[in-house]
Amino acid sequence: MSTISRDDILKLAQLARLELSDAEVTEYSKELTEIVEYVEQLNSVDVTGLKPTFYGSSQTNVYREDIIKDYGYATEELRKNVPSVESDHIKVRRMIG
Amino acid sequence: MSQWASITDISTSVQSGSVTATELVERALSAITDATEFQAIIATTEVRARERAASIDERVKKGEMIGRLAGVPFIAKDNFLVFGAETTAASNILKGFTAPYQATAVERLEAEGAICVAKANLDAFAHGGSTENSDFFTTKNPHNSEYVPGGSSGGSAAAIALDLAPFSLGTDTGGSIRQPASFTGIVGLKPTYGLVSRSGVVAMASSTDVIGPITRTVEDAAVVLDVMSGKDDLDGTTIEKNREGYASLTDAGSVSGKRIGIITEYLGQGLAPEVRAVLDATTSKLQAAGAQIIEISLPTLPMALAVYYIVCPAEISSNLGRYDGQRFGHSASEATNLDESYKLSRGQGFGKEAKRRIMIGTYVLSSGYYDAYYKQAQTVRTKISNEFAAAFEKVDFLIGPVAPTTAFKIGENVSDPLQMYLSDVMTVGANLSGIPAISIPAGMVNELPVGIQIMAGHNEDRALLQIAKQTEELLG
Repeated sequence: MSTISRDDILKLAQLARLELSDAEVTEYSKELTEIVEYVEQLNSVDVTGLKPTFYGSSQTNVYREDIIKDYGYATEELRKNVPSVESDHIKVRRMIG
Repeated sequence: MSQWASITDISTSVQSGSVTATELVERALSAITDATEFQAIIATTEVRARERAASIDERVKKGEMIGRLAGVPFIAKDNFLVFGAETTAASNILKGFTAPYQATAVERLEAEGAICVAKANLDAFAHGGSTENSDFFTTKNPHNSEYVPGGSSGGSAAAIALDLAPFSLGTDTGGSIRQPASFTGIVGLKPTYGLVSRSGVVAMASSTDVIGPITRTVEDAAVVLDVMSGKDDLDGTTIEKNREGYASLTDAGSVSGKRIGIITEYLGQGLAPEVRAVLDATTSKLQAAGAQIIEISLPTLPMALAVYYIVCPAEISSNLGRYDGQRFGHSASEATNLDESYKLSRGQGFGKEAKRRIMIGTYVLSSGYYDAYYKQAQTVRTKISNEFAAAFEKVDFLIGPVAPTTAFKIGENVSDPLQMYLSDVMTVGANLSGIPAISIPAGMVNELPVGIQIMAGHNEDRALLQIAKQTEELLG
């Protein structure tokens, strides 16, 4: 049985880039432990000789020509949703010190 | 009685000029206003809807052919990109987002003359079974406002139960069309995986997400599916539709001789006796009409929920990675560097359930746990799919409950996520294996509706709709 500690939660939150409150860390530690306990029943299933199903359909790669297509919407429309724009560019926070 | 005729009849009336699209849109908008206490709707698209209606009416006057859904109003779940209102997926992180393009499903409906009038409430990002996870408000069950309408397409289902429009659109990743359809007493169809393009729909778990109609009758669901389905260049997982299409189910014939399997495993799993009674009454009627009812076992099916609650959060944690506060959606203004901007924007913008699922997904995909959880779950998924395939060698259809119980009370399950997840126990199997399934109303228990679920093999959507229509007639 796995227990997911507060430290585990903090590590996962960093991986997922999620700021959590102290109360959330405690809550998720308890809830994730319960959920993981529940899903651990899968280990009892015999899957000898079976392959995993990762996709929803049995299709393999679907190829198409790499051509430019006009989908009828303007850059303007996309830009409307951008939190911070400067002279036609998306402005993000500083990445390097 | 409904204020709406069948979708085909409405369209015929608009085309003939005996009713105008404008009248229909006004009727839908005023029904929406009258039903605000149920909180099924997040926003209306009234300005654009009125413009579209006026333009359709103009074209009718000129003698132009509009299409098979001429002037038919509909309501889209708010995870569909639609012009005329924001697309929020009922989440704070997407509040204010305006669609730069529309979902393929919506485009196809519009091309046949349908008019979107509103966006319906859902559990934020479709994570939930009650709409209580909406970051905005909880939709109330039209049959009793102390109860949930189900979810995640709870607003779309309640909207049809409230008769606000002839049809609505939902998405079904683990039961999100069928369970609310059952809880509100209407028809909800989950087509075969890939039959309807997901382009322009906010992604949840991409290997199980499907789009489907929510309607009052099976015939209406068939017409809407027929318009929306088929290959789309914008979604590589889409498949060709049935050559005969899905509308006009009149050649359905009789249920006589059809082999229908009752899934043994669904009769346990906390099935409420009153829901069981509705199922039994339905199968008795099918049997009396000549169907052969066979109990059939899918021994690994009880594991479906555990599989789902690994696979689904894993895909969610990946799909929600795009909400990073940089290109669209909520952005934390106080952040001083990029990492902080990610963390704060996501921490503030996501609700509790989205965060919970991102955390579970990140856990099961993280190094050291990947094989034990994710790979094992996907392998058990194969086993479940094989059992479904074997079952469809013996029977034409499978029948069972949609959910173990009728609608639960608002607040009853919110403090226990695992209990909430259990309401998906009978629906997730179809999603994991990609087969079509439908919920149709089958009775009332303590003044709350109960649906029954019918499932068919891959790409047997037409046959599924036919048996559903026959069952609907038998249930009268």
